[in-house]
Amino acid sequence: MRALLALICLILLTGARDPILVPEISQHEVQVRQGFRGTELLLFGAIMTPEGTRAGQDYDIVVVLKGPTQSIVLREKQRIAGMWINAASTEFRSAPTFFAVASSRPIQQIVDDKTAAIYELGLPWLQLSPIGAFDPKEQARFSAGLVDLMQREGLYKEDPRGVKLSEQVLYQARIALPSSVQTGTYTAETFAVTRGRVITSAISKVEVKKLGFEKAVADYAEYNGFLYGLLAVLLSIAMGFLAGRLFALI
Amino acid sequence: MDVYLPIANLAVNGLVIVALGALTGILSGMFGVGGGFLTTPLMIFYGIPPTVAAASAASQVTGASVSGVLAHTRRGGVDYQMGGVMVGGGIIGTAIGAGLFRLLQQLGQIDVVINVLYVVLLGGIGYVMAKESLQALRAQKAGVPVPARKRRHHPMVSSLPLRWRFYRSGLYISPLAPLLLGVFTGILTMLMGIGGGFVLVPAMLYILGMSANVVVGTSLFQILFVTMATTMMHAMTTRAVDLVLAALLLIGSVSGAQVGVQLAQRIPAERLRFVLAAIVLLVALRMALGLGWRPDEIYTVTPS
Repeated sequence: MRALLALICLILLTGARDPILVPEISQHEVQVRQGFRGTELLLFGAIMTPEGTRAGQDYDIVVVLKGPTQSIVLREKQRIAGMWINAASTEFRSAPTFFAVASSRPIQQIVDDKTAAIYELGLPWLQLSPIGAFDPKEQARFSAGLVDLMQREGLYKEDPRGVKLSEQVLYQARIALPSSVQTGTYTAETFAVTRGRVITSAISKVEVKKLGFEKAVADYAEYNGFLYGLLAVLLSIAMGFLAGRLFALI
Repeated sequence: MDVYLPIANLAVNGLVIVALGALTGILSGMFGVGGGFLTTPLMIFYGIPPTVAAASAASQVTGASVSGVLAHTRRGGVDYQMGGVMVGGGIIGTAIGAGLFRLLQQLGQIDVVINVLYVVLLGGIGYVMAKESLQALRAQKAGVPVPARKRRHHPMVSSLPLRWRFYRSGLYISPLAPLLLGVFTGILTMLMGIGGGFVLVPAMLYILGMSANVVVGTSLFQILFVTMATTMMHAMTTRAVDLVLAALLLIGSVSGAQVGVQLAQRIPAERLRFVLAAIVLLVALRMALGLGWRPDEIYTVTPS
């Protein structure tokens, strides 16, 4: 009985000390359809004490938006006999198709490397699950290569001042999705950090999906290859024929 | 005008793709080649994934060759027997090509192979074409007619067993020769996303020794069916045919082809051939530089 009471007290006390994060995203569904040029997500929310008053302390906020992961082969070109050809390769079992980190201050100033690695706060700490026993040096080179490539494609990014805090209560971050994003479920995880310690976090989800014509085309191509091919062939013949006829009239 | 490509998974400027199609369409109308050799590399250069580019370029070549085949049929310029044999070979070739494509993709060497093929084929053919057209131009200036090349097939062709009579081509040769030629271009079509016209036409003239007035029509006939087979093959194996991309390319190329035909009638044939040779050589050179220079991207990602 005494133990239970102690436990309840502990929960209440820690509950009273730890603030609550209330995250929200401007849209929970991104529709990929004709005219899609990418979009910008606004991730915002509030931090407060359980009583609903403002948290009052100094917090840092880190927002991580992560796309669906996929298993990939990463190939590296090397110059062989005067030609640049794919020479070395490695496999990653869980490379995210999209990864963006925004924080209120540079990550290094908020947490130490260990904490950053545990919560995947930042591109150097991506957990890619490489396959096979590689020496760490080579592994690091490949990881850096992937991150660099994806960064230039706008699919991986870090914004050390991307989170705006107002009055230590409200926060907001903008993360742009380029048009080349993969469809699937994206998770947005928000971390509140004080004195190098993650005190609370909350997850919300964004669904990126193709719709209407785009979805129909993608599904058809994937599940009904023969008819899809036939459609492509008929389309090209019809258009060739039509153009021949039209120009004959002119 | 932004258009989202559902298979390539990205948005492109639709007008750029239509213009690209128009450019290759004009070439195909002028020279009787499919123009795939230009579309595929340009699309890759523009940022479309190589597999999607190669798979979708084939349907554009189909569209551009339809009106050409119709025009040649009307004036009896198609040897259906010869074309049929080559189409048969071409379909076998696309199946082999599909297997090779998958194998090379697994090995991670597909882009290198495509690049090397482009350099070797375009470089070689461009060189021969440039040399010939220069000779013709020089002879024209001097006022001496070029001695007509004696039409005969390659000795290797006559050593093949089994002989058929191809009346329209004016040949009595083994059907294995056009069949093998068909297989070869079928493989190229599948791997490179080209129609293969610039390989077929010289091969039909100088290796098979076909009569010149049925060469272009028959090659277009073969290209028409083989690119159709290629599109089907890609749709069923790589699943990388992008209908929206193909439609955009087609709009440009089928109208460009008509313009090209009009242009071709105004420009002397020798000069036309020289221009084509120069374009082919330029593409080959660009590809060769791409192989030799340090590429922008050292790393490439493929799903496994």
